Amino acid sequence: MTSYIIRRVGQFVLVFFAATFLIFSMVFAIPGDPIRALAGEKPMPDSLRQTLVQRYHLDEPYIVQYWYYVTGVLQGDLGESFNQRPVLDIIKERFPRTLRLAIYAFIIEMVIGVTAGVWAGIRKDKFLDSLVKVSTVAVISIPIFVLGFMAQLFIGVRLGWLPVTAGNPPSLYGYLLPAIVLAAVSLAYVARLTRSSVVENLRSDYVRTAKAKGLSRRRVIGVHTFRNSLIPVITFLAIDLGALMGGAIITETIFNVPGIGQALYQSVLGQEGAVVVGIVTLLVIIYAVANLVVDVMYAVLDPRIRYD
Amino acid sequence: MTDTTNKTPAQVLAPDVATPEVVPAQAPKQDKPASLWSDAWKELRRKPGFIISALLVILMVVMAAFPTLFTSVDPRDCSLIDALQTPSAEHRFGTDLQGCDYYARTIWGARTSVSIGLFVTFFSTIIAVALGSLSGYKGGWLDSTLSRFTDIMFAIPLILGALVILNALAGSRGILQVSAVLIAFGWPTMMRLMRSSVLSVKELDYIDAARALGASDWRIITRHVLANGITPVIVYATITVGVIISAEASLSFLNVGLQLPAISWGLMINTAQNRILAFPHLLFFPGLFLSMTVFAFILMGDALRDALDPKLR
Repeated sequence: MTSYIIRRVGQFVLVFFAATFLIFSMVFAIPGDPIRALAGEKPMPDSLRQTLVQRYHLDEPYIVQYWYYVTGVLQGDLGESFNQRPVLDIIKERFPRTLRLAIYAFIIEMVIGVTAGVWAGIRKDKFLDSLVKVSTVAVISIPIFVLGFMAQLFIGVRLGWLPVTAGNPPSLYGYLLPAIVLAAVSLAYVARLTRSSVVENLRSDYVRTAKAKGLSRRRVIGVHTFRNSLIPVITFLAIDLGALMGGAIITETIFNVPGIGQALYQSVLGQEGAVVVGIVTLLVIIYAVANLVVDVMYAVLDPRIRYD
Repeated sequence: MTDTTNKTPAQVLAPDVATPEVVPAQAPKQDKPASLWSDAWKELRRKPGFIISALLVILMVVMAAFPTLFTSVDPRDCSLIDALQTPSAEHRFGTDLQGCDYYARTIWGARTSVSIGLFVTFFSTIIAVALGSLSGYKGGWLDSTLSRFTDIMFAIPLILGALVILNALAGSRGILQVSAVLIAFGWPTMMRLMRSSVLSVKELDYIDAARALGASDWRIITRHVLANGITPVIVYATITVGVIISAEASLSFLNVGLQLPAISWGLMINTAQNRILAFPHLLFFPGLFLSMTVFAFILMGDALRDALDPKLR
């Protein structure tokens, strides 16, 4: 167990350096002279050129340049926008809103997804089960930006039930529609995962034993089956974080939530390469940490799994 | 180790397929033993979900290959005088901001989506099957190296990784560039699936038998290991076509995918986004076709999994 955790942390360190190296290479290794691009049409004096080359370490070998970038990241320096605002500042201002949106989405998908999944699982092959199966495929199939605009159009404008945009600063009420849209796709996955996990556990030996002991159906399903069925769902939630971050870019843009996803989208539009890289680097690190935590949690939660 | 815990959303759709070795190639009351696939085919023919998805997939592929069967209007023949018309007898799906016939553009959009979906899935699957079977069969340092490399690619979520590269490629993004990036981030899950599948197959007796008969590694991998271990990858690849089509549309919507004058459903919605509330048809038609296509491939993968998974029989 301890050796598993040590190995898993080692793997995380490797993934951290390799993933940042990949991002660095993808963006900064693109052919072309960045200084020339900075100068545009105007001729650039040699002395200025020299200063800039030295300031950005462009005369150093590639791997040294990467080293400056990664030590910067470790010290919280994620670069600057064109108007010299540190990317970390942008993140500090915007991240809490994205976090709130994600937490609301998490709550929605857990409550509705797990309920629907358990419900379908204990009625395997009945009408309700088929209904949950088909409707989850349908929800998964609608790309989140189509779903977002649909929700905005029908629930927000035609029916007028919920506000169309989140507002600035967003109110709890304003977060509701984007959170539902963001939750929708993951909700379907949670429901399916819970369902198949419940179906599998209902056939297991310990559930048969529990039934044979004469325990009530409520206790067999509520305690024995339910708790064990949640293990794969919990691990899914960390992977889901990746989907939530991708989804947040789109939902925040559609519903005008001033969070980190919208900042990323605006930087893409404004061709602010440094900001795009800074935000994506941070998101990739968060994703890797979440996966690390969940893998370790999984080892603690499910002693049946052996790690050699 | 982490193979059991790291699941991408699409893997959740096909959670039970990683055990192909227990598939009994039997159909008790028949003269000839039926293979896994002919067994599955018999079951699939009766499944409404499979029939619906197969018909939809065929429709979309035909639409992609021969768009002129569905429309004789040139999707790039636009007149500004006709801009932003709602659906009518002349323009069944209305017109867009440039006055192009929206029906023709929606039909031609199938070509982009379906070809990117199939192209990307095909190459990701080849990479995944090659690396996964090599890694699983050979083991040792080769396995460790390939698996760690896969971990690294896996650590970058598809949309984020694609966004960074494609953003840096501004100005030169065509179908080829977008496909290449999607392939780069599309193969790791299938590689893991293939690897674990090969790991379970290679321990079986008939592999030992083949080796005892003097078969080469190449022959064992291609004739025995692949034939028996590829099922979960095929199921997953079917779902991947849908996932990739959705990803391309999302990237185009985010301004980092295809660029005009390309015709793509995601791009159509991106161009229309400020007018959707006033002209819902601009969202509705490309959104409907996009969702239907993704739905068809995911439903088909789902039906395939049900038919091929012996645990559910």
